[in-house]
Amino acid sequence: MFGPLVVKPGSSKKNKTGSWRIETRPKYLQKECIACKLCVAICPEGCVAGGEKNTYHCDYDYCKGCGLCAFICPKKDIEMVKEGSKE
Amino acid sequence: MSDMHFNSGHTACSGCGQSLGARLVLEAAGKNTIIANNTGCLEVFSTKYPQSSWGVPWIHSLFENAAAVASGIESALKYLGKKDSVNVIAQAGDGGTADIGLQALSGMLERGHDILYVCYDNEAYMNTGIQRSGLTPFDSNTTTSPPGSHSMGNIRPKKPMPEIALAHGIPYVATASVAFVKDLQRKVKKAISIKGPKYIQIHVPCPLGWRHQPNLTVPVSRAAIECGLYPIIEYEFGKLIAVQRIRQKPVEEYLKLQGRFKHLMKNPDEIKKIQDIADNNIEKYGLRLESQ
Repeated sequence: MFGPLVVKPGSSKKNKTGSWRIETRPKYLQKECIACKLCVAICPEGCVAGGEKNTYHCDYDYCKGCGLCAFICPKKDIEMVKEGSKE
Repeated sequence: MSDMHFNSGHTACSGCGQSLGARLVLEAAGKNTIIANNTGCLEVFSTKYPQSSWGVPWIHSLFENAAAVASGIESALKYLGKKDSVNVIAQAGDGGTADIGLQALSGMLERGHDILYVCYDNEAYMNTGIQRSGLTPFDSNTTTSPPGSHSMGNIRPKKPMPEIALAHGIPYVATASVAFVKDLQRKVKKAISIKGPKYIQIHVPCPLGWRHQPNLTVPVSRAAIECGLYPIIEYEFGKLIAVQRIRQKPVEEYLKLQGRFKHLMKNPDEIKKIQDIADNNIEKYGLRLESQ
């Protein structure tokens, strides 16, 4: 009875929400980064990753462009650029 | 992105505080967790059939009964002798906690199940289109409490849910906010380490319902704490053990960021009433930094 109602864990990964971005997207400059991981912690999508300093980046397949990472970054090392720009 | 228990690809709005809160709670709780979820935004955006964002066992049954379902799960685990290695979390939005699910929650707290109940407080029924709930703050504009010639928005103050949970004599009650990530995760970890029913209420901004820009999720929730409208408190075994002390800011700092309070900006009398609520909180919990 419950068979059809049970779905695979984490299967929402198929849903590429990156197409939702309309105006801006974050650009990880990777210059002043101190690896504080605040961008990783604050991302509502959970799509930011990185390890050492200056290695942090986000997955544009899922990023909805809310701009929280750019706001929280203490070094202002993330900036919001216009969606569609080549940068 | 490694070790994800709450995955990307969910359909929450851009800048959603609740999806952030849910991920932080589950990261702190770890993978040996079973979640029962009430109906609400969180349930809808995280499980868009036939997909699920959850990497841990997760169940949704009805709007009101996450606490009851979690009680059953906990009892079954106890019978199997596996309770010590598995955390059980019941979670809901503010409507599912303070209005519709209050009876099931009260039963869970009273029966003493070893469950962490997490309330994601976005201060209205956001999923169905911003109707007022018991946790909607005073004078807030919602679709069922519109401001006009006869009213200035929601006429009732916020229901004191942490106090209601505390009155059941449970071992741990706390409030937290997505603006203070480490504090939130510390509280979840601490709650899980305590045996018995636990209640945590997390303030999660909703850009759609509160009418603010998605990138203001953190400043809005921070402002709520700094002006005293959302006291961050921690009770252990009935005693207030910690509060987040603040240098008080005027409530306008919080109200002006959000469209749901826009109608108050030309009405100093109403702002005074909200300031009184904030002053009351500060007095009640001793939040003022100078008064240490």
